[in-house]
Formats: sequence, structure tokens, C-alpha cells
Amino acid sequence: MAVLIDRETRLVVQGLTGREGTFHARQAADYGTAVVGGVTPGKGGTTHEGWPVFNTVREAVASTGANASVIFVPPPFAADAIMEAADAGLALVVCITEGIPTLDMMRALTFMRGRPTRLVGPNCPGVLSAGIGKAGIIPGHICRPGRVGIVSKSGTLTYEAIHQLTRLGLGQTTCIGIGGDPLIGTSFVDALGLFGDDPRTEAVVLIGEIGGSAEEEAAAFIRTGFTKPIVGFIAGQTAPPGRRMGHAGAIIAGGKGTAAEKMAALAAAGVTVVESPAEIGAAVARRLGG
Amino acid sequence: MKIHEYQAKSILARYGVPVPRGEAARAPEEARAAAERLGGGTVVVKAQIHAGGRGKGGGVKVVRSPQEAETVAASLLGLQLVTYQTGPAGQRVGCVLVEEGLEIGSELYLGLVIDRSTQRPVVMASSEGGVEIEAVAEATPERIHREAIDPAVGLAPFQARNLAFAIGIGPALVGKATALLDGVYRAFEALDASLVEINPLVVTADGQVLALDAKVAFDDNALFRHPEVRELRDLAEEDPLEVEASKHSLNYIRLDGNIGCMVNGAGLAMATMDIIKLAGGEPANFLDVGGGANAGQIRDAFRILMSDGNVKAVLINIFGGILRCDVLAEGLVSAVRELQVKVPVVIRMEGTNVEQGKRMLVESGLDFATADTMDEAAGKVVALAGQA
Repeated sequence: MAVLIDRETRLVVQGLTGREGTFHARQAADYGTAVVGGVTPGKGGTTHEGWPVFNTVREAVASTGANASVIFVPPPFAADAIMEAADAGLALVVCITEGIPTLDMMRALTFMRGRPTRLVGPNCPGVLSAGIGKAGIIPGHICRPGRVGIVSKSGTLTYEAIHQLTRLGLGQTTCIGIGGDPLIGTSFVDALGLFGDDPRTEAVVLIGEIGGSAEEEAAAFIRTGFTKPIVGFIAGQTAPPGRRMGHAGAIIAGGKGTAAEKMAALAAAGVTVVESPAEIGAAVARRLGG
Repeated sequence: MKIHEYQAKSILARYGVPVPRGEAARAPEEARAAAERLGGGTVVVKAQIHAGGRGKGGGVKVVRSPQEAETVAASLLGLQLVTYQTGPAGQRVGCVLVEEGLEIGSELYLGLVIDRSTQRPVVMASSEGGVEIEAVAEATPERIHREAIDPAVGLAPFQARNLAFAIGIGPALVGKATALLDGVYRAFEALDASLVEINPLVVTADGQVLALDAKVAFDDNALFRHPEVRELRDLAEEDPLEVEASKHSLNYIRLDGNIGCMVNGAGLAMATMDIIKLAGGEPANFLDVGGGANAGQIRDAFRILMSDGNVKAVLINIFGGILRCDVLAEGLVSAVRELQVKVPVVIRMEGTNVEQGKRMLVESGLDFATADTMDEAAGKVVALAGQA
């Protein structure tokens, strides 16, 4: 079984009838994902690009047996879309949207406590299991089924790592974009837990960014007994303090959240930390090749 | 989004947080008039900039008369005030806050932020006010008390009491302190703040509890639903190129170096800055053109990059996912032609339609350097910037 997205995944697209939703639903289907329908309030009962459209996630699930959703909904409404998906009992919700207010996410995460739904994101490129399917915007053509799991705060920097692994013949198992916001549904620790349990994942690439303490928490988790090799890269070694570097969560505040601290914490936990983003693939090859 | 101290105090006052009486002044005579309205006695004149350390930097002065307030205001207004937070160039003072002087009994600390690990707001309070809280956290962490707020409930009165008693507020003033704490949380939640910091929170000799300084910052992602907060933005506190970029939905941050960068994706943009530094160069900026970059945005991005006179060479690092490399190449060629870009440009593209994009660059006849990997690109652009 692949991590998060597998051959049993039946994906509904919240925001299907918008431009982003339409484009990426087609890309996902072309990649082999079972895209079963879409949700746009007010357009229920219609068909869009051959897919049934529903007014609510609950209706979509009842009608199609969907077990996952991907959210392409604008920021003012996206947290509500997350809660709706969780309330409908979906196992996996992947939210791509960038720009959701932090307090909205706080409320959505509070709503989700105690519910079985896993949220990935927001502000992320989503999840892709190589050769199987995807929920999000990671381009399928750069991936190859292989041995390495990727967990990353970034979007295109993740593609860079994927590309290096593909070029070296190592390929990927599952790529998880956890997103660049301060409050997210799936952490590095959560992803490492999933990769630890996945027999096909032999090594992990962890891509972090300045801001917060998620990488330090990952380091602590790794020290409790994560044995698969990990290669880490932290973006923002040259970022000035106090500035938000694109991602809402990428900010060095009060001296905390620097790349240097994160690199040190991960290295102390046995992670092979590379200084250059160009070295990620080669470092994995070395760890796996012996 | 940041605001000035006087604006923060005005907001907090609306939510029941006591603040000293005071007025903003933009001209020396306004400062005198404000001092007169405050009773003509001792007042404090405080430079208003979006940075801390103003006191130590000489931006806060106690004066004894309205005439002195006018003189001091005249010396502060228009000054490039340098503090440990502004950088060596300092920040221009456009406004001062003229405030009543108070008999300070004790100085405490109060802060409210979202804790990412617990995903809840956390209130921090300390008896050690008037100093940098990071220093307190370093030296005497046991003197910082925390209460995590349950989002479903808000700040519970018992939590406010826990904090008030812990930082030494006596029984006579606990009611005032807890009301103040409640007001702080209500303001934070109602306005989508990202930070509220009161340092120092003072207890005066005559038993008032008020915010002697106040810092409030807002979640940029929530500004769309707070038009009254958007109005508080002070563009003069921001870099003009960054303001220009934000008008075009471009994420741009100016830095000190001479190698301009244009990248799609914040993480990749940071990594590009990092690899330029590793190759021995200095990035001039952070610039994320985002996923939907069309020819127009690429042209705008180039224009903003080139408006920085320090830029001696440009590195374009684009990993095309949805963005196709042929679309990018088209945009780059037309931008370079239209803007008559004279500095060397190194282009590294990867992803969708990359071969087509590369061909278009060659066929344009323009003098682009290209690279296959980020390594190669960084090395080339650093060499070119060095030759300029």
C-alpha cells in the first residue's frame, strides 16, 4: 500500500468547476487517479468535463463512494471546505489553497480534533504516489516509481528534489507537500511516521524552511528510533530575520526559527543535511548506495 | 502587516485596554498643542517607527513643557532613527506620539501569539517587563508564564487570574488586570492579529494597570476582511520597490547584494538565494513570481528587479509545473527586449516543455546564458556579476 494515495483512492475535487480545479482534476485523472466527481455549491446535479457535480461533500460521498478530496477553493472559503470534508468523514483531505487566514485554520484544526480525517496542507502542492495517483498539483511527468519518500514545506523546491531523484534512477514512493503555512494538518513527524511504516520507502528526503520549530520536532522524533536514512535541506540560510519570505510560515521571529538551528538539530539526529539544494539527490544516492 | 504604537494603543483602547492619554503629532507645533491638551506638564515624546529599541536609540524623550515638546518633536521628526532593529540606515520618523507621563510602579510583560506546535493562541506574561523578552527567556525562563487558549472557549477568566497572580499583581488590581487580558484576546481574535505585545505593561503608583507600549501585527492573509486595518498601513515604512511589487502580486524582498533572482515558488526562491551565496555571490533580492506567471508578470518582475541599481547580473530559476517553459521563454524574451536589459541574464529552466523553451531562448538571438542545474546556474551568474 502506498502512503496516503493508493489504488483505493477515490478523489472528489472541491472547487472542480473553477479554472484551477478543472485543470488539475484533468491532470490527476490523466495520471491515473480515480477522480469521481466535484463539489461546487449551487451546481449540484450538473456535469462538468464528464464528472458529476454535487452541492455538498456529503452528497458527493454518498453518491460516488469518494474517500479523499482535494480543495481548490479561494482563501475566504477554504477553511470551511476543509471542515465540510472532515464532517463528511473523508479519510484524506488535501488543501492546496494559499492565503487562508491563520485563525480560520486554527478553528478548522480545532473542528477536526477527534475526527478520523487526515488533512494535508494548506498552502501545499499536495500528495503524489508515483505511478499510482495524485491529489494536488505536483507534475506527474517528473516522477518515477522508486524508493524515496519526500516530505517538504515547499512547492517547486520539492519538484527540484523529485527531478534529481528521477535523474539518478532512484525515483519516489510518495511525495507529501505539507505546505508553507504556520498551521498545517500534517507535520514532518506525521509524514515520517507514515514513511517509517511503508515497506517500499527506503529513504526519505526532508525539505524544511525557516520559521517555527517543525524541523526541530522532526529531529526529536527521529531520535526516538527512525532508522531509514534521511537527507535534509533547509531553505532560507540567507534569509534576513523578521521578514516573511513568501510563505506565511517562513519567518525568523525573535531569533528563533533560523535555518542554522534546524540544520544543526537534524544533523545531531543523524540526518544527512546538505547545504546546497543541488546536492539533495546525490546525498540520497550515497546513503542508499553505501 | 505592522502598525505604529499609537495605532496599536488606539485599537487596544477600543477593546477596553487602558492606555496612557496621548496624541499623534506630525509637526512640531502639533506636538506642542498636544502637550498643552495633556495639561502642560511632563509628557513623553516617542518616535513612531515600525521597529523596536526606540528608547535605547534615542527616540523616546521625557519633556517638562509644551515648548520642550515642540523642540524635541522638531529634532525627531524627519530623523533617520537607528535602533538595534532597524539596520544601520535606520528608519525615517514621520510621526511622534505625545503621551502623558506616568509614575511607574512596576513594569511587566504581556504577549499573545499563535503557537504553531499546539496550534493554539498562547498568552505569555512575565514580571520582567521593559526588557527584551528573548533575554528573559534565555536567562530566567521560569519567569515567563504561559496559558494556552482553547479556541472553542477563548481566554477563560481563571487563566487570566493564573497569569495575573503569577506575575505579582496583587488582589486589589487583579480585576483590572484580567479585564485587560480579556480585552487583548478579544482584539486579537476580532481583528485577526498575529501578535499583540505589551512591553511594558505597567502598574502605576496610583494603582492603574495600563499598556505603556503596545505592538500589534496583523495576519496578511486576513486583511481582505478588515478594511479598517488595511487603512492603518504606512507605506512610508516599507521599501518602495516592495510596495510596487505587491501591487503586481509579486512577492519581492530587497536585500543587499548584486545578483537579482527571479524564481517560481517561495522555497525554491529561498534555496536560490542560498545557492548564490554558497557560490560566493550575494543575492540582491527574494522574488517569487508564483505559479501562474504570465508574460506580463514576468515583464513586471524584470522591471522591478532592474529598478534596483545594485543589480549586476540576473539569475532566473524556474521549475515549470503548471507554468510551461515555452510560455516562460516567450515572456522572458519579450521582457528583455522591451526593457532593454543590459546586464547578463542566466536562465535555468526545468519541467514542462523545457526543450521547447530552451530552443526559443536560443532562437531569440538574445545573449542569454543557460544552465541545466542550479549549481551550474549559480556558478555562472556569480562569475558574470564579478566581471561586471
